[in-house]
Amino acid sequence: MNAIDWDLVRSSLGPLFQGLVRGTLPLTVVTFALGLALALLVALMRLSGNRLVSGVARAYVSIIRGTPLLLQLFIVFYGLPSFGITLDPWPSAIIALSLNVGGYASEAVRGAILAVPRGQWEAAMTVGMGRVTTLRRVVLPQAARIAVPSLSNTLISLVKDTSLVSVVTVTELLRRAQEIAGQSFEFFTLYGVAAVYYWVVCLVLSFGQTRLETRLSRHVAA
Amino acid sequence: MSAPLLEARGLVKSFGENRVLRGIDVVVPAGSVTCLIGPSGSGKTTVLRSLNGLEAPETGTVRIGDVDLDWAARPDARAVSRLRGQSGMVFQSHNLFPHLSVLDNVTSGPVFAQGRPRAEAQEEARSLLARVGLADKADSFPVQLSGGQQQRVGIARALATRPEVVLFDEPTSALDPELVGEVLQVMQSLAAEGWTMVVVTHEMRFARQVADQVLFLDGGVVVEQGPPSRLLVEPREPRTRQFLQRLLDPL
Repeated sequence: MNAIDWDLVRSSLGPLFQGLVRGTLPLTVVTFALGLALALLVALMRLSGNRLVSGVARAYVSIIRGTPLLLQLFIVFYGLPSFGITLDPWPSAIIALSLNVGGYASEAVRGAILAVPRGQWEAAMTVGMGRVTTLRRVVLPQAARIAVPSLSNTLISLVKDTSLVSVVTVTELLRRAQEIAGQSFEFFTLYGVAAVYYWVVCLVLSFGQTRLETRLSRHVAA
Repeated sequence: MSAPLLEARGLVKSFGENRVLRGIDVVVPAGSVTCLIGPSGSGKTTVLRSLNGLEAPETGTVRIGDVDLDWAARPDARAVSRLRGQSGMVFQSHNLFPHLSVLDNVTSGPVFAQGRPRAEAQEEARSLLARVGLADKADSFPVQLSGGQQQRVGIARALATRPEVVLFDEPTSALDPELVGEVLQVMQSLAAEGWTMVVVTHEMRFARQVADQVLFLDGGVVVEQGPPSRLLVEPREPRTRQFLQRLLDPL
Protein backbone atom coordinates (compact mmCIF):
# COMPACT_ATOMS: atom_id res chain seq x y z
CA MET A 1 0.00 0.00 0.00
CA ASN A 2 1.12 3.56 -0.59
CA ALA A 3 1.90 5.60 2.48
CA ILE A 4 1.58 8.80 0.52
CA ASP A 5 -1.52 9.70 -1.46
CA TRP A 6 -0.09 12.14 -4.02
CA ASP A 7 -3.48 13.31 -5.26
CA LEU A 8 -4.37 14.22 -1.71
CA VAL A 9 -1.02 15.97 -1.31
CA ARG A 10 -1.86 18.11 -4.35
CA SER A 11 -5.38 18.88 -3.24
CA SER A 12 -4.39 19.66 0.35
CA LEU A 13 -1.53 22.02 -0.55
CA GLY A 14 -3.96 24.91 -1.02
CA PRO A 15 -6.02 24.49 2.16
CA LEU A 16 -2.92 23.90 4.28
CA PHE A 17 -1.24 26.95 2.74
CA GLN A 18 -4.29 28.92 3.82
CA GLY A 19 -3.86 27.60 7.34
CA LEU A 20 -0.26 28.76 7.18
CA VAL A 21 -0.81 32.29 5.89
CA ARG A 22 -4.09 32.97 7.70
CA GLY A 23 -3.26 31.22 10.96
CA THR A 24 0.31 30.28 11.72
CA LEU A 25 2.13 33.24 10.17
CA PRO A 26 -0.04 36.10 11.48
CA LEU A 27 -0.12 34.46 14.89
CA THR A 28 3.69 34.21 14.85
CA VAL A 29 4.20 37.80 13.72
CA VAL A 30 1.74 39.33 16.18
CA THR A 31 2.83 37.33 19.21
CA PHE A 32 6.52 37.82 18.44
CA ALA A 33 6.07 41.59 18.21
CA LEU A 34 4.03 41.74 21.42
CA GLY A 35 6.37 39.29 23.12
CA LEU A 36 9.44 41.34 22.21
CA ALA A 37 7.92 44.53 23.55
CA LEU A 38 7.02 42.68 26.74
CA ALA A 39 10.50 41.14 26.88
CA LEU A 40 12.15 44.56 26.72
CA LEU A 41 9.90 45.85 29.48
CA VAL A 42 10.55 42.80 31.68
CA ALA A 43 14.31 42.93 31.03
CA LEU A 44 14.42 46.59 32.08
CA MET A 45 12.31 45.79 35.14
CA ARG A 46 14.72 43.05 36.14
CA LEU A 47 17.65 45.44 35.74
CA SER A 48 15.90 48.10 37.80
CA GLY A 49 17.37 49.06 41.13
CA ASN A 50 13.92 48.84 42.69
CA ARG A 51 13.69 45.42 44.36
CA LEU A 52 9.92 45.19 44.13
CA VAL A 53 9.99 45.91 40.39
CA SER A 54 12.80 43.47 39.70
CA GLY A 55 11.15 40.88 41.97
CA VAL A 56 7.90 41.03 40.00
CA ALA A 57 9.81 40.57 36.75
CA ARG A 58 11.82 37.69 38.20
CA ALA A 59 8.65 35.91 39.39
CA TYR A 60 7.01 36.34 35.99
CA VAL A 61 9.98 34.85 34.15
CA SER A 62 10.17 32.00 36.63
CA ILE A 63 6.50 31.08 36.22
CA ILE A 64 6.58 31.30 32.42
CA ARG A 65 9.69 29.17 32.19
CA GLY A 66 8.57 26.76 34.88
CA THR A 67 5.20 25.75 33.42
CA PRO A 68 4.25 24.12 30.11
CA LEU A 69 3.09 26.39 27.31
CA LEU A 70 0.09 24.11 26.74
CA LEU A 71 -0.92 24.62 30.36
CA GLN A 72 -0.55 28.39 30.03
CA LEU A 73 -2.80 28.25 27.00
CA PHE A 74 -5.39 26.19 28.92
CA ILE A 75 -5.35 28.63 31.83
CA VAL A 76 -6.06 31.57 29.54
CA PHE A 77 -8.71 29.78 27.47
CA TYR A 78 -10.40 27.43 29.96
CA GLY A 79 -9.31 28.93 33.29
CA LEU A 80 -10.07 32.63 32.96
CA PRO A 81 -13.82 32.10 32.38
CA SER A 82 -14.01 31.06 36.09
CA PHE A 83 -13.17 34.70 36.83
CA GLY A 84 -15.79 35.93 34.38
CA ILE A 85 -13.22 36.56 31.66
CA THR A 86 -14.21 34.70 28.53
CA LEU A 87 -11.98 35.15 25.51
CA ASP A 88 -12.32 33.91 21.96
CA PRO A 89 -9.77 31.39 20.73
CA TRP A 90 -7.67 33.93 18.81
CA PRO A 91 -7.26 36.47 21.64
CA SER A 92 -6.55 33.60 24.05
CA ALA A 93 -3.89 32.23 21.74
CA ILE A 94 -2.27 35.64 21.24
CA ILE A 95 -2.22 36.39 24.98
CA ALA A 96 -0.82 33.01 26.02
CA LEU A 97 1.86 32.92 23.30
CA SER A 98 2.89 36.56 23.83
CA LEU A 99 3.26 36.05 27.56
CA ASN A 100 5.35 32.97 26.88
CA VAL A 101 7.62 34.67 24.32
CA GLY A 102 7.95 37.66 26.64
CA GLY A 103 9.22 35.48 29.46
CA TYR A 104 11.81 33.63 27.41
CA ALA A 105 12.97 36.55 25.29
CA SER A 106 13.36 38.83 28.31
CA GLU A 107 16.29 36.72 29.49
CA ALA A 108 17.99 37.08 26.11
CA VAL A 109 17.37 40.82 26.09
CA ARG A 110 18.58 41.21 29.66
CA GLY A 111 21.75 39.24 28.93
CA ALA A 112 22.38 41.32 25.82
CA ILE A 113 21.97 44.60 27.70
CA LEU A 114 24.39 43.37 30.37
CA ALA A 115 26.86 42.34 27.69
CA VAL A 116 27.27 45.92 26.46
CA PRO A 117 30.49 47.10 28.13
CA ARG A 118 30.24 49.47 31.07
CA GLY A 119 32.49 51.95 29.27
CA GLN A 120 29.70 52.54 26.75
CA TRP A 121 27.38 53.74 29.52
CA GLU A 122 30.13 55.90 30.93
CA ALA A 123 31.02 57.45 27.59
CA ALA A 124 27.36 58.23 26.90
CA MET A 125 27.00 59.82 30.31
CA THR A 126 30.09 61.99 29.85
CA VAL A 127 28.69 63.46 26.64
CA GLY A 128 25.56 64.36 28.58
CA MET A 129 23.11 61.54 27.91
CA GLY A 130 20.72 60.43 30.65
CA ARG A 131 19.74 56.82 31.30
CA VAL A 132 16.88 56.68 28.81
CA THR A 133 18.82 58.33 25.99
CA THR A 134 21.82 56.11 26.69
CA LEU A 135 19.63 53.02 26.48
CA ARG A 136 17.97 54.13 23.28
CA ARG A 137 20.97 55.53 21.40
CA VAL A 138 23.90 53.52 22.69
CA VAL A 139 23.02 50.37 24.61
CA LEU A 140 19.96 48.90 22.86
CA PRO A 141 21.40 49.16 19.32
CA GLN A 142 24.41 47.17 20.51
CA ALA A 143 22.31 44.80 22.61
CA ALA A 144 20.14 44.08 19.57
CA ARG A 145 23.11 42.64 17.70
CA ILE A 146 24.08 40.50 20.65
CA ALA A 147 20.51 39.24 21.11
CA VAL A 148 19.87 38.27 17.48
CA PRO A 149 21.00 34.62 17.69
CA SER A 150 18.95 33.75 20.75
CA LEU A 151 15.93 35.80 19.67
CA SER A 152 16.06 33.98 16.34
CA ASN A 153 15.86 30.73 18.25
CA THR A 154 12.84 32.05 20.11
CA LEU A 155 11.17 33.03 16.85
CA ILE A 156 11.81 29.67 15.23
CA SER A 157 10.48 27.88 18.29
CA LEU A 158 7.45 30.15 18.23
CA VAL A 159 6.57 29.18 14.66
CA LYS A 160 6.26 25.58 15.81
CA ASP A 161 4.72 26.41 19.20
CA THR A 162 1.80 28.12 17.45
CA SER A 163 0.67 24.61 16.52
CA LEU A 164 -0.39 24.13 20.16
CA VAL A 165 -3.23 26.62 19.75
CA SER A 166 -4.95 24.10 17.48
CA VAL A 167 -6.24 22.54 20.71
CA VAL A 168 -8.23 25.68 21.53
CA THR A 169 -9.76 25.55 18.03
CA VAL A 170 -7.72 28.29 16.37
CA THR A 171 -7.57 27.39 12.70
CA GLU A 172 -3.90 27.35 11.78
CA LEU A 173 -1.70 24.97 9.82
CA LEU A 174 -1.83 21.94 12.11
CA ARG A 175 -5.57 22.29 12.74
CA ARG A 176 -6.26 22.42 8.99
CA ALA A 177 -4.21 19.25 8.57
CA GLN A 178 -6.14 17.56 11.37
CA GLU A 179 -9.47 18.56 9.85
CA ILE A 180 -8.62 17.18 6.43
CA ALA A 181 -6.98 14.06 7.85
CA GLY A 182 -10.07 13.47 9.97
CA GLN A 183 -12.15 13.18 6.81
CA SER A 184 -9.71 11.25 4.62
CA PHE A 185 -7.92 9.21 7.30
CA GLU A 186 -4.66 9.92 5.41
CA PHE A 187 -2.83 11.03 8.54
CA PHE A 188 0.71 10.48 7.30
CA THR A 189 0.10 12.40 4.08
CA LEU A 190 -1.53 15.41 5.72
CA TYR A 191 0.84 15.68 8.66
CA GLY A 192 3.74 15.18 6.27
CA VAL A 193 2.65 18.13 4.15
CA ALA A 194 2.17 20.24 7.29
CA ALA A 195 5.65 19.28 8.50
CA VAL A 196 7.17 20.37 5.20
CA TYR A 197 5.43 23.73 5.46
CA TYR A 198 6.76 24.31 8.99
CA TRP A 199 10.21 23.25 7.93
CA VAL A 200 10.30 25.58 4.93
CA VAL A 201 9.22 28.54 7.07
CA CYS A 202 11.98 27.77 9.58
CA LEU A 203 14.55 27.40 6.78
CA VAL A 204 13.62 30.85 5.50
CA LEU A 205 13.91 32.28 9.00
CA SER A 206 17.31 30.69 9.55
CA PHE A 207 18.49 32.19 6.29
CA GLY A 208 17.14 35.58 7.39
CA GLN A 209 18.94 35.22 10.72
CA THR A 210 22.29 34.70 8.99
CA ARG A 211 21.72 37.73 6.78
CA LEU A 212 20.73 39.88 9.74
CA GLU A 213 23.73 38.79 11.80
CA THR A 214 26.07 39.63 8.95
CA ARG A 215 24.45 43.02 8.48
CA LEU A 216 24.49 43.94 12.17
CA SER A 217 28.09 42.91 12.72
CA ARG A 218 29.51 44.79 9.75
CA HIS A 219 30.94 47.52 12.00
CA VAL A 220 32.14 45.21 14.71
CA ALA A 221 34.65 43.03 12.92
CA ALA A 222 37.08 44.78 10.62
CA MET B 1 42.95 87.21 40.78
CA SER B 2 39.82 85.41 39.57
CA ALA B 3 38.66 82.12 41.11
CA PRO B 4 40.10 78.96 39.58
CA LEU B 5 37.88 77.24 37.00
CA LEU B 6 37.90 73.90 38.83
CA GLU B 7 38.18 73.39 42.52
CA ALA B 8 37.88 70.05 44.31
CA ARG B 9 38.27 69.96 48.09
CA GLY B 10 38.64 67.15 50.58
CA LEU B 11 37.71 64.22 48.32
CA VAL B 12 37.37 61.01 50.32
CA LYS B 13 36.41 57.70 48.73
CA SER B 14 36.58 54.03 49.72
CA PHE B 15 36.02 50.86 47.76
CA GLY B 16 34.86 48.55 50.53
CA GLU B 17 37.60 48.52 53.17
CA ASN B 18 40.08 50.13 50.84
CA ARG B 19 40.38 53.91 51.24
CA VAL B 20 41.51 55.10 47.83
CA LEU B 21 41.14 58.85 48.38
CA ARG B 22 42.08 60.30 51.76
CA GLY B 23 41.27 63.97 51.41
CA ILE B 24 42.42 65.26 48.05
CA ASP B 25 42.40 68.85 46.83
CA VAL B 26 42.73 69.75 43.15
CA VAL B 27 42.68 73.37 42.02
CA VAL B 28 42.84 74.10 38.31
CA PRO B 29 43.04 77.64 36.90
CA ALA B 30 41.24 78.33 33.62
CA GLY B 31 43.33 77.60 30.55
CA SER B 32 45.87 75.50 32.41
CA VAL B 33 46.99 71.90 32.13
CA THR B 34 47.18 69.76 35.26
CA CYS B 35 48.80 66.34 35.17
CA LEU B 36 48.07 63.72 37.80
CA ILE B 37 50.88 61.22 38.14
CA GLY B 38 51.57 58.40 40.54
CA PRO B 39 51.89 54.64 40.85
CA SER B 40 48.93 52.43 39.98
CA GLY B 41 46.49 52.27 42.86
CA SER B 42 47.49 55.76 43.98
CA GLY B 43 43.96 57.04 43.34
CA LYS B 44 44.69 59.32 40.40
CA THR B 45 42.05 57.83 38.10
CA THR B 46 39.52 57.85 40.95
CA VAL B 47 40.22 61.55 41.50
CA LEU B 48 39.61 62.23 37.83
CA ARG B 49 36.37 60.21 37.82
CA SER B 50 35.21 62.07 40.93
CA LEU B 51 35.44 65.35 39.03
CA ASN B 52 32.59 64.24 36.72
CA GLY B 53 30.73 61.92 39.05
CA LEU B 54 31.63 58.61 37.39
CA GLU B 55 32.74 57.82 40.93
CA ALA B 56 30.84 59.20 43.88
CA PRO B 57 33.16 60.21 46.76
CA GLU B 58 31.73 59.94 50.26
CA THR B 59 32.70 63.50 51.13
CA GLY B 60 34.30 66.46 49.48
CA THR B 61 33.17 69.22 47.16
CA VAL B 62 33.70 69.78 43.46
CA ARG B 63 33.09 73.04 41.67
CA ILE B 64 33.56 73.55 37.93
CA GLY B 65 32.71 77.03 36.70
CA ASP B 66 29.41 77.94 38.32
CA VAL B 67 28.29 74.39 39.11
CA ASP B 68 28.88 73.23 42.66
CA LEU B 69 28.49 69.79 44.18
CA ASP B 70 28.79 68.68 47.79
CA TRP B 71 29.29 64.92 47.80
CA ALA B 72 28.54 64.63 51.52
CA ALA B 73 24.98 65.84 50.81
CA ARG B 74 24.29 62.77 48.64
CA PRO B 75 23.45 64.71 45.47
CA ASP B 76 20.76 63.24 43.20
CA ALA B 77 21.35 62.11 39.63
CA ARG B 78 20.31 65.48 38.21
CA ALA B 79 22.81 67.40 40.28
CA VAL B 80 25.56 64.97 39.29
CA SER B 81 24.70 65.23 35.61
CA ARG B 82 24.74 69.03 35.87
CA LEU B 83 28.31 68.82 37.13
CA ARG B 84 29.17 66.23 34.50
CA GLY B 85 27.93 68.60 31.80
CA GLN B 86 30.78 70.97 32.66
CA SER B 87 33.46 68.55 31.48
CA GLY B 88 34.28 66.20 28.65
CA MET B 89 36.18 62.96 29.08
CA VAL B 90 38.69 60.97 27.07
CA PHE B 91 38.99 57.36 28.19
CA GLN B 92 41.96 55.03 28.27
CA SER B 93 40.17 52.58 25.98
CA HIS B 94 38.43 55.31 23.93
CA ASN B 95 34.93 53.87 24.49
CA LEU B 96 33.74 55.03 21.09
CA PHE B 97 30.25 53.90 20.09
CA PRO B 98 30.97 51.03 17.65
CA HIS B 99 27.58 51.17 15.92
CA LEU B 100 27.93 54.86 14.99
CA SER B 101 30.11 56.46 12.32
CA VAL B 102 32.95 58.69 13.40
CA LEU B 103 30.84 61.76 12.61
CA ASP B 104 27.87 60.42 14.60
CA ASN B 105 30.16 59.63 17.52
CA VAL B 106 31.28 63.24 17.61
CA THR B 107 27.75 64.64 17.26
CA SER B 108 26.26 62.18 19.78
CA GLY B 109 26.56 64.60 22.70
CA PRO B 110 25.37 67.74 20.91
CA VAL B 111 22.47 66.01 19.12
CA PHE B 112 21.27 63.25 21.50
CA ALA B 113 22.00 65.01 24.80
CA GLN B 114 22.04 68.74 24.15
CA GLY B 115 19.33 68.75 21.51
CA ARG B 116 21.29 70.95 19.12
CA PRO B 117 20.28 70.94 15.42
CA ARG B 118 21.93 68.07 13.59
CA ALA B 119 23.20 70.13 10.64
CA GLU B 120 24.89 72.64 12.91
CA ALA B 121 26.38 69.90 15.11
CA GLN B 122 27.71 68.06 12.05
CA GLU B 123 29.37 71.17 10.72
CA GLU B 124 31.05 71.74 14.05
CA ALA B 125 31.99 68.05 14.30
CA ARG B 126 33.67 68.17 10.89
CA SER B 127 35.81 71.08 11.96
CA LEU B 128 36.69 69.26 15.20
CA LEU B 129 37.67 66.20 13.18
CA ALA B 130 39.84 68.40 10.98
CA ARG B 131 41.26 69.82 14.20
CA VAL B 132 42.45 66.34 15.29
CA GLY B 133 43.63 65.51 11.76
CA LEU B 134 40.80 63.16 10.79
CA ALA B 135 38.74 65.24 8.35
CA ASP B 136 38.69 62.34 5.88
CA LYS B 137 37.44 59.76 8.41
CA ALA B 138 34.01 61.25 9.16
CA ASP B 139 32.15 58.40 7.48
CA SER B 140 34.35 55.58 8.77
CA PHE B 141 33.40 53.40 11.70
CA PRO B 142 35.56 53.16 14.82
CA VAL B 143 36.66 49.60 14.04
CA GLN B 144 38.23 50.78 10.78
CA LEU B 145 40.60 53.18 12.56
CA SER B 146 43.96 52.68 14.24
CA GLY B 147 44.20 53.04 18.02
CA GLY B 148 45.65 56.52 17.73
CA GLN B 149 42.92 57.61 15.34
CA GLN B 150 40.25 56.16 17.63
CA GLN B 151 41.66 58.11 20.54
CA ARG B 152 41.69 61.32 18.48
CA VAL B 153 38.01 60.75 17.63
CA GLY B 154 37.47 60.31 21.37
CA ILE B 155 39.07 63.73 21.90
CA ALA B 156 36.86 65.32 19.23
CA ARG B 157 33.79 63.73 20.84
CA ALA B 158 34.78 65.11 24.23
CA LEU B 159 35.26 68.62 22.81
CA ALA B 160 31.97 68.58 20.88
CA THR B 161 29.83 69.33 23.92
CA ARG B 162 31.88 72.52 24.47
CA PRO B 163 33.00 71.57 27.98
CA GLU B 164 34.73 73.93 30.41
CA VAL B 165 37.32 71.27 31.23
CA VAL B 166 38.55 68.18 29.39
CA LEU B 167 39.46 65.19 31.54
CA PHE B 168 41.92 62.64 30.13
CA ASP B 169 42.19 59.22 31.79
CA GLU B 170 45.53 57.74 30.69
CA PRO B 171 44.75 58.54 27.04
CA THR B 172 47.85 56.85 25.64
CA SER B 173 48.30 53.89 27.99
CA ALA B 174 46.41 51.43 25.78
CA LEU B 175 48.17 52.48 22.58
CA ASP B 176 51.02 50.88 20.70
CA PRO B 177 54.13 52.99 21.35
CA GLU B 178 54.35 54.30 17.80
CA LEU B 179 50.82 55.72 18.04
CA VAL B 180 51.33 57.63 21.27
CA GLY B 181 52.90 60.65 19.61
CA GLU B 182 49.96 61.60 17.39
CA VAL B 183 47.62 61.69 20.40
CA LEU B 184 50.02 63.67 22.57
CA GLN B 185 50.56 66.16 19.75
CA VAL B 186 46.82 66.81 19.51
CA MET B 187 46.65 67.26 23.27
CA GLN B 188 49.59 69.63 23.21
CA SER B 189 47.96 71.77 20.55
CA LEU B 190 44.71 71.87 22.54
CA ALA B 191 46.67 73.11 25.53
CA ALA B 192 48.23 75.79 23.35
CA GLU B 193 44.75 76.86 22.27
CA GLY B 194 43.85 77.46 25.88
CA TRP B 195 41.71 74.41 26.74
CA THR B 196 41.63 73.63 30.43
CA MET B 197 42.81 70.05 30.85
CA VAL B 198 43.26 67.56 33.66
CA VAL B 199 45.35 64.60 32.53
CA VAL B 200 46.09 61.34 34.29
CA THR B 201 49.23 60.11 32.58
CA HIS B 202 52.46 58.20 32.70
CA GLU B 203 53.95 60.29 29.90
CA MET B 204 56.54 62.30 31.82
CA ARG B 205 57.78 64.11 28.73
CA PHE B 206 54.24 65.34 28.05
CA ALA B 207 53.90 66.46 31.67
CA ARG B 208 57.27 68.17 31.49
CA GLN B 209 56.55 70.04 28.26
CA VAL B 210 52.83 70.79 28.49
CA ALA B 211 51.66 70.82 32.11
CA ASP B 212 51.38 73.97 34.16
CA GLN B 213 51.24 71.96 37.36
CA VAL B 214 51.84 68.35 38.29
CA LEU B 215 50.25 66.53 41.23
CA PHE B 216 52.03 63.43 42.47
CA LEU B 217 49.59 61.07 44.21
CA ASP B 218 50.39 58.06 46.31
CA GLY B 219 48.25 56.12 48.76
CA GLY B 220 45.23 58.34 48.21
CA VAL B 221 46.89 61.66 49.06
CA VAL B 222 48.63 64.38 47.06
CA VAL B 223 52.21 63.83 48.17
CA GLU B 224 53.62 66.77 46.29
CA GLN B 225 52.58 69.32 43.72
CA GLY B 226 54.20 72.07 41.73
CA PRO B 227 55.31 73.14 38.27
CA PRO B 228 56.81 70.27 36.27
CA SER B 229 60.13 72.05 35.88
CA ARG B 230 60.52 71.76 39.64
CA LEU B 231 58.57 68.64 40.64
CA LEU B 232 59.86 66.38 37.90
CA VAL B 233 63.43 67.65 38.12
CA GLU B 234 63.99 68.30 41.81
CA PRO B 235 61.27 66.44 43.72
CA ARG B 236 61.28 67.24 47.43
CA GLU B 237 59.54 64.14 48.71
CA PRO B 238 61.37 60.81 48.82
CA ARG B 239 58.30 58.99 47.45
CA THR B 240 58.17 61.27 44.42
CA ARG B 241 61.87 60.80 43.83
CA GLN B 242 61.52 57.03 44.10
CA PHE B 243 58.59 56.97 41.65
CA LEU B 244 60.39 59.09 39.06
CA GLN B 245 63.54 57.09 39.49
CA ARG B 246 61.65 53.88 38.73
CA LEU B 247 60.12 55.41 35.59
CA LEU B 248 63.53 56.53 34.35
CA ASP B 249 65.24 53.27 35.09
CA PRO B 250 62.74 50.41 35.25
CA LEU B 251 65.48 47.79 35.44
